Amino acid sequence: MATAKNKRKTNTEDYLRMYRQMVRIRSFEDNANQLYLSAKMPGLTHMYSGEEAVAVGICEALTDDDKITSTHRGHGHCVAKGAEFKQMFCELLGKAEGYCRGKGGSMHIADQSHGNLGANAIVGGSMGIATGAALSAKLQGRTDVTVCFFGDGATAQGLWYEVMNMAALWKLPVIYACENNGYSEYTKTDEIAAGSLTARAEAFGIEAFEVDGQDVLAVNELAQTLVARARKGEGPFFIELKTYRYHGHHVGDINRDYYRSKEEETIWKEQRDPIINFGAWLTREGIASEEELQELRDAVKADAEAAVSYALAADYPDISEVDMHVFAPNDAA
Amino acid sequence: MREITLSKAVNEAIAEEMRRDPSIFLMGEDVAEAGTPFKVLSGLVEEFGTERIIDTPISEPGFMGLAVGAAMTGSRPIVDLMFGDFLFLVMDQLCNQAAKTHYMSGGKLSVPLVLRTNMGATRRSAAQHSQSLHALVAHIPGLKVAMPSSAYEAKGLMKTAIRDNSPVVIFEDKLMYNDKAPVPEEEYLIPFGEAAVLREGSDITLVGTSSMVQVALAAAETLAAEGISAEVIDPRTIVPLDEETILTSVRKTSRAMVIDEGHQSYGVSAEIASRITEKAFYYLDAPVVRMGAMDVPVPFSPALEDITVPTAEGVAAMARHLVRGEARDVA
Repeated sequence: MATAKNKRKTNTEDYLRMYRQMVRIRSFEDNANQLYLSAKMPGLTHMYSGEEAVAVGICEALTDDDKITSTHRGHGHCVAKGAEFKQMFCELLGKAEGYCRGKGGSMHIADQSHGNLGANAIVGGSMGIATGAALSAKLQGRTDVTVCFFGDGATAQGLWYEVMNMAALWKLPVIYACENNGYSEYTKTDEIAAGSLTARAEAFGIEAFEVDGQDVLAVNELAQTLVARARKGEGPFFIELKTYRYHGHHVGDINRDYYRSKEEETIWKEQRDPIINFGAWLTREGIASEEELQELRDAVKADAEAAVSYALAADYPDISEVDMHVFAPNDAA
Repeated sequence: MREITLSKAVNEAIAEEMRRDPSIFLMGEDVAEAGTPFKVLSGLVEEFGTERIIDTPISEPGFMGLAVGAAMTGSRPIVDLMFGDFLFLVMDQLCNQAAKTHYMSGGKLSVPLVLRTNMGATRRSAAQHSQSLHALVAHIPGLKVAMPSSAYEAKGLMKTAIRDNSPVVIFEDKLMYNDKAPVPEEEYLIPFGEAAVLREGSDITLVGTSSMVQVALAAAETLAAEGISAEVIDPRTIVPLDEETILTSVRKTSRAMVIDEGHQSYGVSAEIASRITEKAFYYLDAPVVRMGAMDVPVPFSPALEDITVPTAEGVAAMARHLVRGEARDVA
C-alpha cells in the first residue's frame, strides 16, 4: 500500500475528485436549504453540511459493488456514493424522475446502481440491513464490503449491539461508521452517551478507531485500510468520526441557542471546515491553484442550480403510480 | 396418497427449495442442531450445513434486520421466529423496513424474505407464547400473509412464499405440527390469493383461517346432521385475500361467519366480515358474525384458556341461530 506521502505526489486526480465531491455535497445542501426556505420543497430535510469529509473520505475508498446504508441526514452519503444531482433534487421535490420516483423523498433516497441501499428515517434502522448485506456477501462468496453510516444518536439503539455481536461472531465485512457530530437531535451527545463509543465496539472484539471527521485525507486513509482488510475477512470494524453539523437537526431547527452556542458553530465553520481546510492543503501542496478550485466550485454550483431548475419543472408522478411498488413483481410461473 | 405431519411438510418445503436455489438460507434461534423447539427443522443442518442453517443469538430485531439487508442484496433468507409473540420485538425491521423498502425505493430494491412463525392458544403457555398476531402484519401494506390450515397447505404455501419477491409472513399453528394430512410426493405450489372451498354447502358460509378451518369443518359436520348445509372456505392467504371466492359463496348461501383465532376486535375476522357486508349486503339474510379469540390476554389456567378461543360447538350454535333466523343477541 502506498504511504500517504507517496499518494500526495501521484494521486492528484483522487484529491481533486474528493474536493469536488465535498463541494458537490455542500452545494447540494445549500440548494436544498433554499428550496425549503422558499417553500418549494414538500416536507423538510436534514442537512449534511459540515460533515462532507466523512462521506467522501469513506465512499472514495469504496467501489460501486460495495454497499452503504445511510441515515435521515443522508444526502452526503448519496452524493459521495455516486448519485446524480438531477435525480436527487427530483426525489426531494417528489417528482417522477427522482431516484425513488418521488415515493421516498429526502429521508429514503436509495441508489442501487451505486450500491446505496437507502437512507433510513428510523434512527439506527439500517444497522441490521448493513450487517445483513455483509452477511449476504459472505454467504455468496462476494468480496464487497458494506459501510453502515449512522450518527452518535443511533448508538443509543439496542439494535446496534445485537448486530455488532453477530457481525463479530461471523466476521462479516461491515464497517460501522459513526458520525459523531456532538448532537443527538436537540440534545448534547454527552448527555445521552455513557462511557466511550469505541469501547462499546471493542467489547465485542471489534477493532475500533477514532478519526478527525473534518480531515478527508485522514478519513480516506483509514477507510482504504479498513475496506481492504474487511475484503480479506478481517472485519468487522468500527470508526468514530468526530464531526459537526452546521445546521440544526433539520432545516426548520433555526433557533437552537438553548442547546448550542453560535460561537461554537462559528469556530467549527471558520477553523474546522473540511472543504476550506482541504482546499488550502491542495494549494499549499501545489496540487491545484486557488483559481482552479474556484473554477471547480463555480462549475459545481452551476450544475446544482441547473439540476434544481430541472427538478422544479419536472413532472410529478402520475397518480396511477400510487399503488405501484407495494409488492415486487414475481417472475411469470 | 401418503400422509405426513404439518411439521414434516414445512421441513420438506424448505429443503426442496434450498436444494433448488443456493441463495436461500435460514436463520433463527436454535434452528440448526436443535431443529427448533418444535423440531420442525430437524435434519436440515445435516444436509445444508451451518452456513445455510444459521443459529443466531437471541436477538430477534437483530437477525430480522440482517435478513432484510441480505434480501436486498441477492440472498433469499427465511427467518425463523420461534414464537409469533416475538413479532412485537421485530416490528421495526419487519414493518418499517422490509414492508416499505420496495415502495419507498420506487421499485428499485426488493426484499424477498420469508418470516415463518407460529400462532395458536390452548397449549398452556400463557399470554406471551400463545398469541395469534397475524392481523398486526396483515395491516401493513407490503407484507403478504399466509395461514396454512393443513400439512398440504403448509408445504405448498411455504414453497410459494420462498419464491415470492416480496416479504411474506407465514403463520403455522403450533398445535397442528403433528397433524397429518395427505401430501403428494410430487412437487406442487399453492398460489397466493386463491381460497380453497373445502366443503360445499348452501345455507351458510363459514370462512376460517389456520386451525379455525378445522373448527369450521367440525361445525359443518355437526350442522349437516341437523340438516344445515354449511360451506367452508379457507382463504389460505389473508394478504392477498381471495375476496371473490368468499363473496361468490355468500351470494349463494346468504349467511356468513368468519372464524379466526386473532383477538376478535379490530381483527382479520372483522376485515373479512366487513368486506362481505359492503360487497354482498343485498344477498344477506342475517348479520355477518365474527368469531375470534376473546379480547383478553391469553390466560394460563386451562379452565380459563379453553373458553377464550372459538370452538366447533360455539360455531355450530351461532350458525344454527343465523340459519333459523332466531332472534339472538350476538355477544
